Amino acid sequence: MEHLLSLFVRSIFVDNMIFAFFLGMCSYLAVSKTVKTALGLGVAVTFVLLITVPVDYLLQVYVLGPNCLVEGVDLSFLSFILFIAVIAAIVQLVEMIVERFSPSLYAALGIFLPLIAVNCAIMGASLFMQQRITMPDTNSQAITGVWDAVAYALGSGIGWLLAITCLAAIREKMAYTDVPRPLQGLGITFITVGLMAMAFMCFSGLNL
Amino acid sequence: MSTLFSKANKEALINPLNLNNPVVMQVLGICSALAVTAKLEPAIVMGLSVTIITAFSNLIISLLRNTIPNRIRIIVQLVVVAALVTIVSQVLKAFAYDVSVQLSVYVGLIITNCILMGRLEAFAMMNKPWPSFLDGIGNGIGYAIILIIVGFCRELLGSGTLLNIQIVPDWCYEHGYVNNGMMTMPAMSLIIVGCVIWAHRAYNKDLV
Repeated sequence: MEHLLSLFVRSIFVDNMIFAFFLGMCSYLAVSKTVKTALGLGVAVTFVLLITVPVDYLLQVYVLGPNCLVEGVDLSFLSFILFIAVIAAIVQLVEMIVERFSPSLYAALGIFLPLIAVNCAIMGASLFMQQRITMPDTNSQAITGVWDAVAYALGSGIGWLLAITCLAAIREKMAYTDVPRPLQGLGITFITVGLMAMAFMCFSGLNL
Repeated sequence: MSTLFSKANKEALINPLNLNNPVVMQVLGICSALAVTAKLEPAIVMGLSVTIITAFSNLIISLLRNTIPNRIRIIVQLVVVAALVTIVSQVLKAFAYDVSVQLSVYVGLIITNCILMGRLEAFAMMNKPWPSFLDGIGNGIGYAIILIIVGFCRELLGSGTLLNIQIVPDWCYEHGYVNNGMMTMPAMSLIIVGCVIWAHRAYNKDLV
């Protein structure tokens, strides 16, 4: 239980997808213009993470790992193709659900909804999960069971949601500030995210 | 030979280097651009890998473009990219193990690099193989240039070395020069990219 909680909190603050690993930057920068759409995308990403990471965990442990399917065969070199297929399928599902239940959000997210499939945060979480399986049990970052994978996925998703909502809130205010012309738009956004990442670095001493 | 390097083909190769740079203009492929640039060497390897993968995935998809059914094109593209990335990742593991450890999950994350999907969708699906190949190389090099600029600044200021060779002489340290440890932190790469964008837009005034 303690391990689950530690994994969850660490993945929100310390190993934050955006500020520590820069995963999912493209949609992060593009969709963070208003808080409402940012929140919608954040929830969609969290949902996709929550399903794909445990599924990929089970695939890695029961199908791809050494000696799983056939004795003496290590299929983990196939993990890229298999993981991306799982992600693409789940994203398709989420797209249909959002289109059915919230057409306004569907219109607001536009191209970025199908692009969750190539959102690095999702693929990155699966690949980090794959790395963490091999860590020893005593390591606070190790993922030893499917519930660990769920906690890690949920934490990463919420961390991403938090990051994109914060940036959207800042950018809404920034529309009224006087920024030098060549720096407007993308440039100042990058620098803002850099300063936010520095602020998040103060969590790195967090020990649970 | 003259048809191979016609004006349109040259533009496909040259434009992404400056005026239509994938990183600073189209905001694609930011995630890995930020994460692998703490040192110059991984930045160069990453730039090279992405160039090779973009060029060949563009070529393959362009050859297949008339046979791919429109509905499942994303899956086909992802599978082609994932196969190429698997090859590159295995080659790196075999011949440059140290660098592949430093790059860790970011090699796998080339699959979800937006530059690849963006070029496949926007260029390779509509153009002949040879221009697509050139376009892939151009975009890959455009990406590599930004990586190398950022990696150069971060390694020189952060560690006082370039490609692990000491550049800042000892007498500087003896007189109180200190490496800027902030530069090796992830947050600074965002700020450096922000400044690169600023400089690029200040130089090319018509882009603002």
